[in-house]
Amino acid sequence: MHIRRKPAAATAAVLALALSACGSGGSGDDAQESGGKTVTLVSHDSWAASEEVIAAFEKESGFKVKVLEDGDAGQALNKAVLTKDHPQGDVLFGVDNTLLSRALDNELFDPYEAEDAAKVGEEFRVEGDAATPVTTGDVCVNYDKAYFEEKGLEPPRTFDDLIDPRYKNLLVTENAGTSSPGLGFLLGTAAEYGDKGWQDYWKKLKANGLKVVSGWEQAYNEEFSGSAGGKQAGGERPLVVSYASSPPVEVIYADPQPEEAPTGVATGTCFRQVEYAGLLKNAKNPEGGKALLDFLVSERFQEDLPLNMFVNPVREGAELPEAFTEHGAVAEDPRTLAPEKIAAHRDEWVDSWTSLVL
Amino acid sequence: MTATSTRSGLRGDAARLGLMAVPVAFFAVFFAHPVVAIVLRGLRGEDGAWRLAEAARTLGRPEVREVLWFTLWQALASTALTLVVALPAAYVFARLRFPGRELLRAVVTVPFVLPTVVAGAAFLAVVGRSGLFDELWGVRLDGTVGAVLLAHVFVNFAVVVRTVGGLWAQLDPGQEEAARMLGASRFTAWRTVTLPALGPAVAAAALMIFLFTFTSFGIVQVLGGPGVSTLETEIYRRTADLLDLTTAAVLSLVQFAAVGGVLAVHAWTVRRREATLRLVDPATTARPPRGAGQRLLLGGVLLVTAVLIVLPPAVLVQRSFSAGLGYYRALAEEDGAAFLVAPVEAVWNSLEYAVAATAIALVIGGLAAAALARRDAGRWVRGFDALLMLPLGVSAVTVGFGFLIALDEPPLDLRSTWILVPLAQALVGVPFVVRTMLPVLRAVDHRLREAAAVLGASPWRVWREVDLPMVRRALLIAAGFAFAVSLGEFGATVFIARPDNPTLPVAVAKLIGRPGDLNYGQAMALSVILMVVCAAALLVLERLRGDRTGEF
Amino acid sequence: MLLSLEGATVRFGGRAALDAVDLAVAEHEIVCVLGPSGSGKSTLLRAVAGLQAVDAGQVLLDGRDQARVPAHRRGVGLMFQDHQLFPQRDVAGNVAFGLRMRGAGREEQAERVRELLELVGLPDAGRRGVGTLSGGEQQRVALARALAPRPRLLMLDEPLGQLDRTLRERLVVELRDLFGRLGTTVLAVTHDQGEAFALADRVVVMRDGRVAQSGSPLEVWQRPADAFVARFLGFENVVRATVAGTVADTPWGKVPVPGGSAQGERNLLVRPSGVRLAAGSGGGGLRCVVAARTFQGAQVSLRLRPEGEAPELEAVCPLRDAPAPGETVGVLFDAGEIAVLG
Repeated sequence: MHIRRKPAAATAAVLALALSACGSGGSGDDAQESGGKTVTLVSHDSWAASEEVIAAFEKESGFKVKVLEDGDAGQALNKAVLTKDHPQGDVLFGVDNTLLSRALDNELFDPYEAEDAAKVGEEFRVEGDAATPVTTGDVCVNYDKAYFEEKGLEPPRTFDDLIDPRYKNLLVTENAGTSSPGLGFLLGTAAEYGDKGWQDYWKKLKANGLKVVSGWEQAYNEEFSGSAGGKQAGGERPLVVSYASSPPVEVIYADPQPEEAPTGVATGTCFRQVEYAGLLKNAKNPEGGKALLDFLVSERFQEDLPLNMFVNPVREGAELPEAFTEHGAVAEDPRTLAPEKIAAHRDEWVDSWTSLVL
Repeated sequence: MTATSTRSGLRGDAARLGLMAVPVAFFAVFFAHPVVAIVLRGLRGEDGAWRLAEAARTLGRPEVREVLWFTLWQALASTALTLVVALPAAYVFARLRFPGRELLRAVVTVPFVLPTVVAGAAFLAVVGRSGLFDELWGVRLDGTVGAVLLAHVFVNFAVVVRTVGGLWAQLDPGQEEAARMLGASRFTAWRTVTLPALGPAVAAAALMIFLFTFTSFGIVQVLGGPGVSTLETEIYRRTADLLDLTTAAVLSLVQFAAVGGVLAVHAWTVRRREATLRLVDPATTARPPRGAGQRLLLGGVLLVTAVLIVLPPAVLVQRSFSAGLGYYRALAEEDGAAFLVAPVEAVWNSLEYAVAATAIALVIGGLAAAALARRDAGRWVRGFDALLMLPLGVSAVTVGFGFLIALDEPPLDLRSTWILVPLAQALVGVPFVVRTMLPVLRAVDHRLREAAAVLGASPWRVWREVDLPMVRRALLIAAGFAFAVSLGEFGATVFIARPDNPTLPVAVAKLIGRPGDLNYGQAMALSVILMVVCAAALLVLERLRGDRTGEF
Repeated sequence: MLLSLEGATVRFGGRAALDAVDLAVAEHEIVCVLGPSGSGKSTLLRAVAGLQAVDAGQVLLDGRDQARVPAHRRGVGLMFQDHQLFPQRDVAGNVAFGLRMRGAGREEQAERVRELLELVGLPDAGRRGVGTLSGGEQQRVALARALAPRPRLLMLDEPLGQLDRTLRERLVVELRDLFGRLGTTVLAVTHDQGEAFALADRVVVMRDGRVAQSGSPLEVWQRPADAFVARFLGFENVVRATVAGTVADTPWGKVPVPGGSAQGERNLLVRPSGVRLAAGSGGGGLRCVVAARTFQGAQVSLRLRPEGEAPELEAVCPLRDAPAPGETVGVLFDAGEIAVLG
């Protein structure tokens, strides 16, 4: 398609450019894709869904789904903001509550009330349906059960525990400036210790041998000693900032499946995240976009997502897979912050955090 | 001869304008417009009101100052370190004859044309997690400044060996001998005769290295940890991760000013370098090493070259084969882990992009060089000469973001077309094309063209019969450089390459950023492919170039 | 007229390199433009060739204005001062260049190249690289290259400038002979009067972008138009004089002039051969001291310093009569060798 056309067109394109007759070179099939029967979903790299679920949507709606995975959650959002006058797709999925204000302040979305919006938990919904909640999950510290058993050490449970010298040099977290769970964890501490107090807490955390890496993949699958990936890579840190839903994953993907998850969740260190999707302003196929948003909160998709993206559905009454309920942890009173508060302080906090910790 | 107020003058202007129109339009639309757009967006905000006070405050923020300071000192340290390591090597390659010298000289040049991401991957294979040093001694340097500095030396080693060493080999040893006969000691003779002759070349090389390391992106991105941030990576982070366009704009302007300053000093030293020196055939100045001192020096340089220059690519190759051909085979599998397409697609994408970018760079750079080479080139045309160098130093990341927001409206809605990537890559290819073509075109005696015209050759025939045969080699060399540079471009491409059409460097960076042996192995395998393509391009260049010293 | 320039003017900045020049060259004529460097003679060639546009006036070839005709369509040949052979082509490639541009066939090219190399005396040089040629050989190849496409007008810019004296003297004769045989129309420029007089049917002397004099070599030699031309031709005995009848009043005293000379305040030229030495010091005439003498083969050139304020005189005399430096001689003037200038 795109690729095969290139060599033949290369020389012609140079000439065309010189004549600035380049307006729509190569957009022939795009017009057909976005303007007609294709609906384009812009998402972050962690997007995943079962093929048959997507196929069912395509069959029912008559739209063909094209997914554009565009960097991590923050990058996908920022790129969407930069290109909002001429968006790359119709729907953006993957804006979490820590960044939602950026999307709303920039008027990225056209408000839309999804068909089943009423079935979504009240606590997740946004005023005026400016964005559609799709998933929820808790960012929590995970621990390597084997390590703590071996050392005869009680695993940490709360934020306060993490600065205990007994847990010196054990925690690895993500860069709050570049990683969604990293930012979630920072906001969790801000909710716990207040606007001023969190900086002191991080100073102590740093003094207690905190390690910071760029992203979740690296932290969880390389540095953490409890995950399958981390074990293989020789990870040395038994504490990692991840999700409450991470332990079930370790079970589901292991072969053979263990009786019990090898990792646990420090349930007093959680921050609640909600991921939203929205209909992009100036979308080429708004009808398709609306159909897609309806689909994202539909029962079929909501029940499919836990085992694909390892987060919880926002739809009330959506059934969770057994492995999820069995091995997943329930956060004790997950920390939350008002969206306005996040919007007002996020960038400033990230900057202070960067100079404090890095 | 400046013709004014005459018909001939007007005709000259028309011809010059004709040649300049396309390059000027190209740079206006695809360089100035996007860069200005993204910078203005940062300085003005959504509502159009200027945010200059906020921008000015940015420079006072400690984390911004830290980035500025780090960028500066790491560039200075990289430059100094490269000079310390490479100057003895420049001497050895210039003046000592030993078996394998020619081969080794070609080998040390490979890192310079290597994409920075691949250079980063090669160092990762040596000093990174489960790298060679980690396995042998448990030493890891990834995420530290040390790894970044070493990689900078690796890449820029060739700049010193070629520019300084190339001149050194051509300096007449008779000059030093004359000084010795007048009573100077060996060292005094070197200090008073050779060093001043080499000085401008050393300065020029140092400035180029400073420029490259000051704007380093790929290497820092791959090897540096969260705390290691240069201006270029910080601009990327501010824009892509934080959407802090104001700070990004201020940082872009700072980098712009710094690069402009460095280029100005560089132009000055180039003029100084043209001072008359007695040059001789390099083949006559090399001697086999004599005495313990020279042998020790030769041994030391060979050791350093082996560890610093040869080892990383060698380990990279070895790692890529550690699963037999497994990693290479995995490249062809569309498992959807990291990309929407099989990683091997990135190879074809890259080659196709690079060919298109090379074609664009040759057309634009060739026209610009032809306009600049005209004898009646005026002051403003020469000013354009300096401007052409700017894409080398202006933040590639800024250019990439600029493309995204500036080229989104008809008739220039190129965002969803594949041509966007070659256009960005061509921007960095053009300076190389101009630098390579210009001296050759200037050396063509204008009266040869007149002779051909009087014999009945039309302007087009004149170009074909007189200019082309003389610049054909230069044209091929320029094409090779533009190709290698386009293939390795990372800063601008990383943001504008579409996820379903990644280029090799983008794919390598993405694979490196993902955990697991398979991703790591695939990154190494892709890097090896990229390295082989670049080395092949270089080999062709070397054969074309002969042993003349050039600017690059 | 094959070539005519009518009021041709070329300005560089404020300075006129060609200032309203009128010039005509007839078919089969050999015209040599003579002038010091900076007199505009190279600009003249470039204007005719179409390498330099004229700012005013016209260049006509066969009566047709050439203003809109580019260099490659004018059908004239130009041999450059330093030859400008194409370095990447061999001798035959250089000679054949113009033929190729006119679309001549391969065989025709080969035939003509052979013919021309024969003509210039380099019959076997076709495959040689131009870098291996001596100065004289390069000059011949350049000539062959310029002649090959049979230009209606051949222009030569300092054709023999870079060659040594003996070679130059020989080639001038060869060239004149060659052009005569071929019937070529030639416009040459040179700063060397000997070369010009030996080569040309007609000489045009230029000064500061203007034509100072035009005529046959003999005319120019015998009657230089003005003091500048006279001095440029190498004459030194030029002074201001007041002419009345057949006598002129000069710093050297009364001097006879030919009948019919222009009257009044004039420049006066006394050729060295018109300065006659009176035998012995008592022979009368203007008394001069011999300041220097230079042997020129059978003749001796003398520099004479008259008593009083009058300028020095140049004279020639046979070797056997030559006075020694320091001797005092009497000088008489021969009206036949004296010209009153315009």
